[in-house]
Amino acid sequence: MQPLVVTRGLRFRYEDGTLALNGVDFTLQPGETVALFGPNGSGKTTFILHLNGLLMGDGHVEVCGLPVTPHNFATIRNKVGIVFQESDSQLFMPSVLEDVAFGLLNRGMPADKAAECARAALDRVGIASLAPRPPYHLSAGEKKRAAIAGILALDPDLLILDEPTTFLDPPGQRALAQLLGSLPQAKILVTHDIPFAEAMCTRAIFFSAGAIVAEGPVAELVERFDWKFTPRR
Amino acid sequence: MHHAVVERWSRGESPLHRRDARAKIASLLVILIVLATAHRQFLLLSAALFVCLAIAAMVAHLPVGAMLVRAASILPFSGVFAIVCWLAGDNERALSLLLKSYLSALAVLLVVGTTPLPSLLRGLELLRLPRFPLMVAQFLYRYLAVISGEAREMRRAAAARAPLLTAATRRLRFRAAAGALAVLFARSYRRAGDIHRAMLARSFSGSFHPLETPRFRTADSVFLLFVSCGAVALRISIERFV
Repeated sequence: MQPLVVTRGLRFRYEDGTLALNGVDFTLQPGETVALFGPNGSGKTTFILHLNGLLMGDGHVEVCGLPVTPHNFATIRNKVGIVFQESDSQLFMPSVLEDVAFGLLNRGMPADKAAECARAALDRVGIASLAPRPPYHLSAGEKKRAAIAGILALDPDLLILDEPTTFLDPPGQRALAQLLGSLPQAKILVTHDIPFAEAMCTRAIFFSAGAIVAEGPVAELVERFDWKFTPRR
Repeated sequence: MHHAVVERWSRGESPLHRRDARAKIASLLVILIVLATAHRQFLLLSAALFVCLAIAAMVAHLPVGAMLVRAASILPFSGVFAIVCWLAGDNERALSLLLKSYLSALAVLLVVGTTPLPSLLRGLELLRLPRFPLMVAQFLYRYLAVISGEAREMRRAAAARAPLLTAATRRLRFRAAAGALAVLFARSYRRAGDIHRAMLARSFSGSFHPLETPRFRTADSVFLLFVSCGAVALRISIERFV
């Protein structure tokens, strides 16, 4: 089976000189759900931004069989959906419905069909009643759900969620896990939420200083890197 | 927050709220022209326009008192020029400046208070105003709350670490405020980059596609005609017959 994502020797340096990625080799198979672990600043978010060309580093990045180059951006961005860590950055339209429909309209979908799909996506994340509300009137959890709806509406082949459970209360986290579990797409979850990752992912990757230093089953990596919070007495 | 209050007003329900934004913008323009070019019997015209605007605010179920107070926020700006005129001995012009600016602000507030900003911007776009400044206005409006929220949190954090206000801490606070301003600018800059990335990630190609296009109905034409002709007729009748 052709891998969904392949990166080889991916390196990226920010303008201030910080080396954020230092030779990342990564492969994701269709339908797979992978957790990205690692300390803050280890390059996880920088890495996922390369998967639809929002950042361009040195090395080889291929998504759905296409090299990530400016020529393929339009196709690849239709196939890769990213839910950003800060929902406020993702919700920029005047109303929740318009925001969820934003990507659909950009793809050229007729307005009435886009509104229908956007409403269905909002319904899936349980906030259909918030459709006409301006995003800044929402709570942090509601914003997160709206941001997820904006990506679900696009029905991408690959879902990337950066800290998806932040600001969600436990019932919200359960609902999100249930929703993501029901989606057939491949998923990359950047998270520090170990129980969530254990429930969702078959494999985990551990980032450190801009490189993948280990990969394997979630429980194994958690144990190996002592990555679970347990109060020491 | 000031803009949140006006935002709440704009999402109300009244005959004025139901009118198309384009009709309200065009009517406002006529009122502003009538006001700006008036000179004879100006006090009487001002009083008549004030009454009309107050009645319109009542029809729109807006809190008239609060509106009158908010409209006065223009006075410090126009007041400077009024003082200059007054010092130059032109009392009539000074008074006219204050009245014109206040009534203009009241008329603008009436339109903004009965039209949600997205509809207002869409109306301006449909009236062929340049798209770029409208986009800037939309983003400014959306992120004003986010940035002011960040500023409020930084102020709280600073206050939590410097609870007593003495002469020494006052100077420190001033320095902290200056630093916070720089941090706020840097954060806003970073956020702008994040927003742009989030837009690109959802296939943004440089222009917004509206989810729905408002319809300009017969009632909107009647409203526009009524307000425009009414304002012009009011001025002509006061200048000619009083």
